[in-house]
Amino acid sequence: MAITLSTFRRYRRTLARFWATSLTAELEYQANFLIELLSVGGNLAGSVFLLSLFFGHGRSLGGWSWEQALVVLGVYTLLDGLTSTVLQPNLSTIVTHVRTGTLDFVLLKPIDSQFWLSARTFSPWGLPGVAMGLALMVVAAVRAGATPGPLALLQVAVLLIASALILYSLWFVLAATSIWFVKVWNATEVLRSALVAGRYPVAAYPAGLRTFFTLVLPVAFLTTVPAEAILGTGSSRWLLASVAVALVSLAFSRWFWGFALRFYTSASS
Amino acid sequence: MRRAPLVHGLRVARALFTSQYALMLEYRAEIALWALSGVLPLIMLGVWSGSGAGADAGLSPLQLSRYFLAAFVVRQFTIIWVIHVFEEDNLQGRLSPYLLQPLPPLWRYLAAHLAEQATRLPFVVVILAFVALVLPGTLWWPSPSSFLLAVLATHLVFLLRFLIQSLITMLCFWSERAAALERLQMIPYLFLSGLVAPLETFPEGMRAFAFATPFPWMIWFPARLLSGGEVDLAAGFGALAAWIVLLLPLTLLLWKAGIRRYSAMGA
Repeated sequence: MAITLSTFRRYRRTLARFWATSLTAELEYQANFLIELLSVGGNLAGSVFLLSLFFGHGRSLGGWSWEQALVVLGVYTLLDGLTSTVLQPNLSTIVTHVRTGTLDFVLLKPIDSQFWLSARTFSPWGLPGVAMGLALMVVAAVRAGATPGPLALLQVAVLLIASALILYSLWFVLAATSIWFVKVWNATEVLRSALVAGRYPVAAYPAGLRTFFTLVLPVAFLTTVPAEAILGTGSSRWLLASVAVALVSLAFSRWFWGFALRFYTSASS
Repeated sequence: MRRAPLVHGLRVARALFTSQYALMLEYRAEIALWALSGVLPLIMLGVWSGSGAGADAGLSPLQLSRYFLAAFVVRQFTIIWVIHVFEEDNLQGRLSPYLLQPLPPLWRYLAAHLAEQATRLPFVVVILAFVALVLPGTLWWPSPSSFLLAVLATHLVFLLRFLIQSLITMLCFWSERAAALERLQMIPYLFLSGLVAPLETFPEGMRAFAFATPFPWMIWFPARLLSGGEVDLAAGFGALAAWIVLLLPLTLLLWKAGIRRYSAMGA
């Protein structure tokens, strides 16, 4: 399918409609906001406390100072907020669609099914996490003495988008395996628990795990690489690698969905 | 003719456990994934092993790795999910037939948890064997006495956590946000229990605060016992017993009040 300007406009309009309706629906449950704020705030306070245990007495964490490590935590919190805002609410429903057979209706819609499944809803309750992550990133970067110029800021933006795309592809591919394994939701739990590793710079891990977190589960690209760009310690090699990983994983998720659909036989059959 | 209550109770317990075990075996793939999703202590071991902070708190690298492996095991056998099942049962109306049976539904949930742990055991062994391959020399045979004490402590922790979550679950009768409360309760558990950091590494004030909560007794105490560290047995078992004695009547009270409300709604 060639992407023309008019299809792009159509998708943009649809997305705005999708998110506006889910926002209206979610705002019915405003007490959730307080709960999420408490949850994100508590988790962040706990993570900062935990991180502080590694410092003091002139120690560093894999060569990262306290402020620098906080930038990594900020990027992690931002991505985690993004997960709660878009990834989890959408991709958790793929499993339900497969189990109950309602995926048929999605496939019949005159819109790309991967787009529909990935962007149908939007949960505003993840936004406190996004905001706190951004705030922590900026405050920690300033205290670490980072002075990124406009070009560096552009790089940071590109890298954060790349992280988001890698994260999305991981989630989507895993959720798409529900075509075969139906009850796959636990697998996303495994993914989420392993991604917790991204709270710390990848240099903090022993060599074996470091390789694993770079090549097998790309945690390094999710948080460490963007944090390095913010701090001005990154290299263009990592920038290129990160963009390449993002593009490849996005393309793979696209291919994988088409492949998985060939095995979809609806629920009632 | 009525049998002696003890014999009858044992027969019910056996029937409940074997039926639930058969059910759980059906879901063994899922349970394997749940076991795998408990890798957090092992990830934290990676961070701690590269940091000098453990040594400053008087923990050798070997002690650290044993501690986190023990924490991993203790966590595996103290995972509680009653609130999720109960919510679903409540929502779908399955609770009503359960209530008609001459057995309080909480026993059914307790049996389901024990059966799930029995199903989980082989997967935990596999994960430990994998760790033993990757980090040779880390696994150890605990002394029989500390092993038995750790098993006892883990069972008490299981009971305590089951009570805490059941208490929150009972709030489902009144509010739709009981699950959110459970999620909030998990935050201090995560950071204060010793799952992510041994309590020895906490600053003085924070450690005193943590020990005033029930959380460190849930991971740190049994994990330290299992890994062969020095622990104050009386304080640990005393704290666990005290929290259980405090929460048991409260849970039963809320259960009775909740059931009355449930039937009153006619749901």
